Amino acid sequence: MDSALTWDRLQFAFTATFHYLFPQLTMGLALLVFVLMTMALRSGSAHHRHAAAFWTRIFAISFAMGVVTGIPLEFQFGTNWSGFSRYSGGVIGQTLAMEGVFAFFLESTFLGLLLYGAKKLSPRLLWFSALMVFAGSWMSAFFILATNAWMQLPVGQTAGAGGALQLESLGALLTNAWLPWQFLHNMSGAVITGSFVMAGVGAFYLLLGKHEEHGRTYLRLGVIAGAIAACFQIFPSGDEQGRDVAHYQPVTLAAMEGLFETREGAPIVIVGQPDMEARRLDNPIEIPRMLSFLTFRHWAAQVQGLDAFPREDWPDNVPLLYYAYHIMVGLGTIFVAAMLLSVWHLWRGTLFRSRGMLWLLVLLVPFPFIANTAGWLTAELGRQPWVVYGLQRTAQGSSPHVASGNVLFSLIGFAGTYTVLAILFLYLAYRELDHGPAPAPPEAG
Amino acid sequence: MALIWFCLLALLITGYVLLDGYDLGTGVLHLLVARGDAERRQVMRTIGAVWHGNEVWLLSTGGVLVLAFPALYASSFSGFYLPLMMVLWLLIMRGIALHFRNDVRSALWGQFWDVAFAAASVLLAIFFGVALGNVIRGVPLDAAGDFFLPLWVDFRVSPNAGVLDWYTTMVGVLSLLTLAEHGALWLAYRTDGAVRGRSARIARRLWPALVVMVGAVTWSTFRVQPQVGMNLAAWPWGYAFPVLAIAGLLGVIASLRGGRDDRAFAWCALYIVGMLASAVFGLYPYLLPAIGDPSIGLTIYNAASAPHGLAVALSWFVPGMLLVIAYTVFAHRTMAGRIGVDEGP
Repeated sequence: MDSALTWDRLQFAFTATFHYLFPQLTMGLALLVFVLMTMALRSGSAHHRHAAAFWTRIFAISFAMGVVTGIPLEFQFGTNWSGFSRYSGGVIGQTLAMEGVFAFFLESTFLGLLLYGAKKLSPRLLWFSALMVFAGSWMSAFFILATNAWMQLPVGQTAGAGGALQLESLGALLTNAWLPWQFLHNMSGAVITGSFVMAGVGAFYLLLGKHEEHGRTYLRLGVIAGAIAACFQIFPSGDEQGRDVAHYQPVTLAAMEGLFETREGAPIVIVGQPDMEARRLDNPIEIPRMLSFLTFRHWAAQVQGLDAFPREDWPDNVPLLYYAYHIMVGLGTIFVAAMLLSVWHLWRGTLFRSRGMLWLLVLLVPFPFIANTAGWLTAELGRQPWVVYGLQRTAQGSSPHVASGNVLFSLIGFAGTYTVLAILFLYLAYRELDHGPAPAPPEAG
Repeated sequence: MALIWFCLLALLITGYVLLDGYDLGTGVLHLLVARGDAERRQVMRTIGAVWHGNEVWLLSTGGVLVLAFPALYASSFSGFYLPLMMVLWLLIMRGIALHFRNDVRSALWGQFWDVAFAAASVLLAIFFGVALGNVIRGVPLDAAGDFFLPLWVDFRVSPNAGVLDWYTTMVGVLSLLTLAEHGALWLAYRTDGAVRGRSARIARRLWPALVVMVGAVTWSTFRVQPQVGMNLAAWPWGYAFPVLAIAGLLGVIASLRGGRDDRAFAWCALYIVGMLASAVFGLYPYLLPAIGDPSIGLTIYNAASAPHGLAVALSWFVPGMLLVIAYTVFAHRTMAGRIGVDEGP
């Protein structure tokens, strides 16, 4: 059954990674569309109304992709991870069902109104629909992150008859110490994606010399929101999230940082490759004592390395975890620099004329997707070898009777289906961009 | 407490079938009732704003299954691995077809997605029926409550059964007919002009076939699942559910003959409620019976979460769902009224 477990993991990793390319965009755009809607309501100008409608159409394409790729994830808890869902369904069923009842219904019902009701609803109700879509998508994230936070730091459960976990306190589940910073870090990551896309589209229009008034609006909103979110992503949310990891999963922190040996005054590594055989980092470039300071606010503090923990409790793929984490941090730092530079140009009044800056903003568009993906890889690889941290090993979570050939079959099926979906998405998004925010939109679908 | 959640689960499933049922039925029939791009768009507009919310009932049913009966969720989803993966791909295909059909104004693009929408809807309607058939018939559970079903073996109802056998196939066909009727009545209720006339005609033509299949499946169900007969004998008030279904069926044809297609849709909903309630009543206390050895079947008691979790969930689930129903009604009202051929989006 060993290989079935590998395919189970790969299938979930693949489908979840592909899925999350879209919600990060929709959650970020949900906020920005709401801002545009508010501006339209306050100014009453057609310009803002068209801008909001244009981004609602982009939102809708991404939302559709997010929904159709999200359903397989909920199914897979049962199809591929029956050991996990039987063991923990009594606890995580609460947050999963809450997501459906409180978030999905809200989001999809009001998106239907937003797309189809433009002529039937008053401006105020349309604005309210945009608010509900924003609330629905962010609440959805809250409940799914409450589920993930519980897998990282199980709280509020008790062992029931027959070994399965049962809920002891819903309050404890929803106020999990892991949850607040994870939620904020994740959401500001989504705002980064949304605002980089918005700024990138604005820059694209200005470079082309098309829809220039819209281009300037998108740039202004995208750059300001992007700068705030990019800074917040590193401090305080990223910093606090890192300290949560250090506190609750010290072995994960050691693997993320590539710290093989316990040290006082541990350095932080900027570049270097983990060498699993020699148990050291090859050709490291380090900042001395920085890790100790960041983790414990004390330059000489002792940080536990991997050697402080038994080998079977190490995350099972240390190099991948290390690279994912370093890519996330590196990109996050670049985002702050690029956005602060853009805001400076905006303030000086030179952003709209500087082709170099506009090109930079266009070229940066794919990178928030990579950074968010790397961030989730860090969270999920870091939790290994546990599916429920400290309680259930990943190997015990998979379905015992689903043979590896079946999982491989469905994995290949998903790979094919999602390739087609990706092509469709790019084609439709490009058409929408090409058509631009003209007042007579094509019929919404 | 487990019984309450059993009833809530049945309500959610019924809500899903009633709501997404008309979307699926619309998909099954739209190639037949709508001719040309303008009429196809007209048909799509009847479900455009609401099908998404309707599909969420399926997701919420899944969520509640994990919450209230995790052992059932774990066992059935892994046991039906292959058919569920196909359901996923079909749901993706339908969703994409509905979302993207009108994004590009090109004759071929629209036709391609129309066929994809129809094919996915037909197959989903059959799959959901087959799934219900499997749950009624039972599956070869082992002592740990696990199983794995091949797609088909020899089409006989036996401990060696596959997902498809003669009984589950019949339920699949019944489901296709039922949802087609439901969709035809929805379109007759929501559209104007030629589409309305064709939909009402199809609903009338489907009706006799539906009655025959209902009879055949009911008779077979008593043979395949003895629990149904035992429950009816123990609690004769359970006959009320099949009577509801029959009343619904009669109401459908009476309203259609009287030209009241809006009422016919409501009668059809009553028929579906009656059928699903009969199935749920007949299976009680089983959620997933075992073929061969009834004692190891999954029941609402041995598959349920602990009472505390169920009680806590009840306290947020009921107000939450009332809220959902409130704004679902609001959305349907906003979008209410017959839709003509040439209306804008």
